[in-house]
Amino acid sequence: MLKLTIQKETNQVAVSELTDLERRFLNAYQHEFPLSPMPYADIADELGVTETKILEMLDSLSRRKILSRIGPVFTPNRAGASTLVAMAVPAEQLEEVAALVNSYDEVNHNYERLNDFNLWFVLTASDRNRIEEIIQELRDKTGFQILNLPLEQAYHIDLGFPLWC
Amino acid sequence: MFDSAPEIATPENYLDYIDRKIILATQQGLPLVPRPYHQLAEELGIKAETIISRIKTMQQNGLIRRIGVVPNHYKLGYKANGMSVWDITDKHIHEVGKEIAALPFVSHCYQRPRYLPHWPYNLFAMLHGHSREEVENHIQKMVELLGERRLTHDVIYSRRILKKTGLRLITEK
Repeated sequence: MLKLTIQKETNQVAVSELTDLERRFLNAYQHEFPLSPMPYADIADELGVTETKILEMLDSLSRRKILSRIGPVFTPNRAGASTLVAMAVPAEQLEEVAALVNSYDEVNHNYERLNDFNLWFVLTASDRNRIEEIIQELRDKTGFQILNLPLEQAYHIDLGFPLWC
Repeated sequence: MFDSAPEIATPENYLDYIDRKIILATQQGLPLVPRPYHQLAEELGIKAETIISRIKTMQQNGLIRRIGVVPNHYKLGYKANGMSVWDITDKHIHEVGKEIAALPFVSHCYQRPRYLPHWPYNLFAMLHGHSREEVENHIQKMVELLGERRLTHDVIYSRRILKKTGLRLITEK
């Protein structure tokens, strides 16, 4: 029996609860994070604090779940294949179907949304065949309508997202 | 001389096993230690200099879009994230895509296939706001901007996160 675990809605952090250093860091390093041997020391220099201070801040941001991660953001469909999938699932079966969907390692985001197509998830796999295989399995197992919505063209230039301006 | 080389690179022919090891090790984030690339070097048995230069190359190739902080927007109060979906006339899709992508409250803008009659929308734009009202205001601006190039649209809000893990581009098999 698959069990559905739902991420509880956690308390949000107001921008005013962030320190000045945290704000400057979060806004300035969404791109061009240093590719140098000691990146946090370089950031510390640029922000006029010590490396220890930066590492403590990162630890705190992680613990407060404000920081998802630091690292490369990959372009979709370049290393491997991905697609967005929407399913129309009757409300009373949503939990069960969501648990089935979540049981695939290839599913990394899964949201319940307010629409006839109420289950939306991203499938990411090493190749396109594996994606097709999973979608076919879900069709066979559930019988519900599934939209396979791979991206055909990306228009935005991802430079991160201004957190406050 | 390179006549036999494929015009469009595919992951199979330009990502070697070293790149793949680096992607696998970094896609869920760099270690938060003073020398993150050296720590990876030890774990992977690849020199830190090689890791850094491979990451640079992947960035130049467009495989890596950016390197940096990925904040948890939801936690920071951008709670009313609306996935807006638009049916845009085919001949205008590219110009509209670019115009929408340039709006400050849009983080992602993608063209995706329609499935008629159930799914008429060919453009997706992720909108961010602190409240649903703010997102609705954004939508209104977009409707005005698009005029007759827009046939119909909808905004789909999320109700619950059912799963969220770090992105895995490739999995260890």
